[in-house]
Amino acid sequence: MALKIVAACVNCWACEPLCPSKAISAAVPHFVIDAKKCSECDGDYADAQCASICPIECAIVDSAGVPLNPLGSLTNIPPEKLAALA
Amino acid sequence: MATTPIEIGKKSGCSASSCGSTSDQMSHLPEYIRQKVFNHPCYSEQAHHHFARMHVAVAPACNIQCNYCNRKYDCANESRPGVVSEVLHPEQAIKKVIAVAAAIPQMTVVGIAGPGDPLANPERTFATFRGIAEYAPDIKLCVSTNGLSLPQHAEELSRHNIDHVTITINTLDEEIGAEIYPWVFWNNRRIRGRAAARILIEQQQRGLEMLTERGVLVKVNSVMIPGVNDEHLKEVSRVVKSKGAFLHNVMPLIAEPEHGTYYGIMEQPSPTAQELQSLQDACAGDMNMMRHCRQCRADAVGLLGEDRGAEFTMEKIEAMEFDYEEIRARRAAVQASIAEEMAKPKVQVATVSLSSLKRRVAATPAVLMAVASKGGNVVNQHFGHATEFLVYEASASGVRFIGTRRTDQYCVGSDHCDEGEDKLAHAITALDGCRAVLCARIGITPWEALEAAGIKPDSDHAMEPIEEAVAALYAAMAEAGELESAASIDASVA
Repeated sequence: MALKIVAACVNCWACEPLCPSKAISAAVPHFVIDAKKCSECDGDYADAQCASICPIECAIVDSAGVPLNPLGSLTNIPPEKLAALA
Repeated sequence: MATTPIEIGKKSGCSASSCGSTSDQMSHLPEYIRQKVFNHPCYSEQAHHHFARMHVAVAPACNIQCNYCNRKYDCANESRPGVVSEVLHPEQAIKKVIAVAAAIPQMTVVGIAGPGDPLANPERTFATFRGIAEYAPDIKLCVSTNGLSLPQHAEELSRHNIDHVTITINTLDEEIGAEIYPWVFWNNRRIRGRAAARILIEQQQRGLEMLTERGVLVKVNSVMIPGVNDEHLKEVSRVVKSKGAFLHNVMPLIAEPEHGTYYGIMEQPSPTAQELQSLQDACAGDMNMMRHCRQCRADAVGLLGEDRGAEFTMEKIEAMEFDYEEIRARRAAVQASIAEEMAKPKVQVATVSLSSLKRRVAATPAVLMAVASKGGNVVNQHFGHATEFLVYEASASGVRFIGTRRTDQYCVGSDHCDEGEDKLAHAITALDGCRAVLCARIGITPWEALEAAGIKPDSDHAMEPIEEAVAALYAAMAEAGELESAASIDASVA
């Protein structure tokens, strides 16, 4: 059971100090979560801390690869609007 | 609030502190505040012609989301808040500050403004301030925050000799707040909607009160979002002033689809220059207003309106060695001579030049005039080199600074950066509503294009002090009858 930071990460450092398991570290090209340390904040907080402050949609995923903050969930920009711009 | 030219005339004796000419913008302030701001380019309109600032981008994390911000953006060609090229560690930031202090001795102020929120990165922010205070104690420190974490840090801020804090306050109303902020991170949860706005607003107001109680100078920034908070900002201005904020800076929303922000993509309109000016004038009844803000990047370096950040990349700086004692002595000498120059009594040319016009004063309307200047409070820039214009209102009662207009408004990258005809067209668009533009020199093509657009080009006042030059040109145009038929600025505001 561990979360994962993926390529969408912008290296903003917001998650790193919040992790109760000290599982997050700066890396190139983006921050990484040590899967051996990550507890998904179970027992520490109601919500996974990294995913609760992360400003970037789809940058943190669960072990099944599902984003904790899906497209449109943080900015309120309708996904179809984003798709139209891409 | 529409102001008629006659009302502007009446205002000439305005006790008010908040309107009046640029030269006395600060005159109503207590002496201790004037001492603090006389060389701070962001807090004093006079100072910004002479003194430079820098932002160090040590604070990448943020604890809220604003609908005008896109956390993914990072473009060297872009100039707006929240955008940087290179996030620095505190020790790199300290080295960069020393390098800039040596190269630009008139740099008096270092601010931390992002690219996230400084107080969402307290260790990095305070480590940077401690280092600068130790190595370069002659530099003023300031910080710009969204206010969410301000109450926790107010005491530490006041202890760190950080005597200038800017809080961005866009609303006092949680319903409006919910339209501007989709979420805040608070007590280990992401909070959304009105509950999020309520927390943010409470923290901002408490932070403002705590800082002013501790004698910290507070400026309030507000982003004017038409149809969302524009009318409400008049109340914001009244309330923050009553709580001790000394300056209110109402800035226009920046929202272009290519920025990828909520407001950009949803095509939320930005205010026009006239709408911004009307709101600033309406707020000015209650509050000292800032009109020279350039909404700069979180890693900007130089005079406001210029950005020399590219000269100070970490790659270049790492190789440098410094003797700060020597640098400090040189800085002190340069800054003393600027202060001496600024203290020289100003000739009241605005009234002197116009005295001969008394007969027709009542008939001449207030007009806007633009100036191309690269600093020093002098008309000294070639029209074609100007990336921004300073806009002044000239009337029978004098000259007052209104704001700035950028020609390369929010450049979207080198592919889009244009030269030649497009650039000229952008400059003319930026000058909308102005009757004249004063510059050091100008080519024949732009000269003709400006005339065709109803804007009088003028290079006769090259190298003259700005306010004197504007007053003289206004007087000459009035004399020549060129203002008689002019639509007053209020016609264009309405």
